[in-house]
Amino acid sequence: MTFINYASREINCKIVYYGPGLCGKTTNIQWIYEQANPDKKGKLVSLATETDRTLFFDFLPLDMGTVKGFKVRFHLYTVPGQVFYDASRKLILRGCDGIIFVADSQKARMEANIESIANLATNLKENGFDVRNIPYVLQLNKRDMPSAVPVAEMERLLRFRSEPMIEAVASQGTGVIETLKAAARQILMELQKN
Amino acid sequence: MAKLDLIMFEEEYKLLHEIIGRLQKDASAKVVFLVDKNGQQIAAAGDVKSIDATSLASLTAGNVAATDGLAKLIGEKEFSLLFHEGERDNLHISIVGKRGILVVIFDQNSSLALVRLRVKKASKELQEIFDQVEQRAQKESDSGNRFESPFSEITDEDIDRLFGD
Repeated sequence: MTFINYASREINCKIVYYGPGLCGKTTNIQWIYEQANPDKKGKLVSLATETDRTLFFDFLPLDMGTVKGFKVRFHLYTVPGQVFYDASRKLILRGCDGIIFVADSQKARMEANIESIANLATNLKENGFDVRNIPYVLQLNKRDMPSAVPVAEMERLLRFRSEPMIEAVASQGTGVIETLKAAARQILMELQKN
Repeated sequence: MAKLDLIMFEEEYKLLHEIIGRLQKDASAKVVFLVDKNGQQIAAAGDVKSIDATSLASLTAGNVAATDGLAKLIGEKEFSLLFHEGERDNLHISIVGKRGILVVIFDQNSSLALVRLRVKKASKELQEIFDQVEQRAQKESDSGNRFESPFSEITDEDIDRLFGD
């Protein structure tokens, strides 16, 4: 649910990074945080456990500049990936404008990826969204791992609506901005439609 | 989209500002924030510069969402009020209508009783404005006669420019 403020001429959009545990959601937004111009980024808030596993969410506000005289601001959120945090995941999807699904390319995590997409569909539905038409990007992360599954195979298993699919190594920043840009494009185009 | 977008015009925004400005003075509060349940700040009054408002909005919404979840677990609809007591400053968080959260930060210059009293009055006024915003959005959506969106002509170049390409 985009918040358009005509008085201060601002649009705020909420983008949620979703995916199985340890797939690199936090790494994505940490990289964006480190690279972003200090004037454009807010504080990175991480509600994590002592061992740096996301407990509730990470949050990063980003000022993107202006479109048609309106200041565009993205609020990036990650969900906790571990299976037992499902109640928290559901809450974070509330009012989101777009989803970035971060898939782990390692062979051993394929099943976790599939389960997480199914979980996303369920949780979106409970928040009144449809996974088939909400702005959505699939990121294939950890392409540098020796056990990475071929792209074509991952596409067959995980891509379900001809969504943009981007290869990434989030720890090195590869594909991170491209992924965000693909999501931003869909969200802004959605505004155009509305 | 599942829900109607929250679209706020100058006039409504001004009214919201007036109400929370008055609340901040009447309750002798340090800062008052009005936040959307999705974590976006709508308006603020008082010594706003002393606080990272964006993080405050997001964490408040997370807090309210988690508390909502707890309420449902024990069979309550929601907990309409949260209070956090600190050594110096206190946080009074209350729900306004279906989508607003009112956050009042106050110290020893005020009291919980005073804040509660003033918040109650302001909430009612804020609620009326939220209702108006919602009704207008609903009317426009029903009639299919939406106002001219400034984004109807967004181009790929506009989006590339956002990313500095």
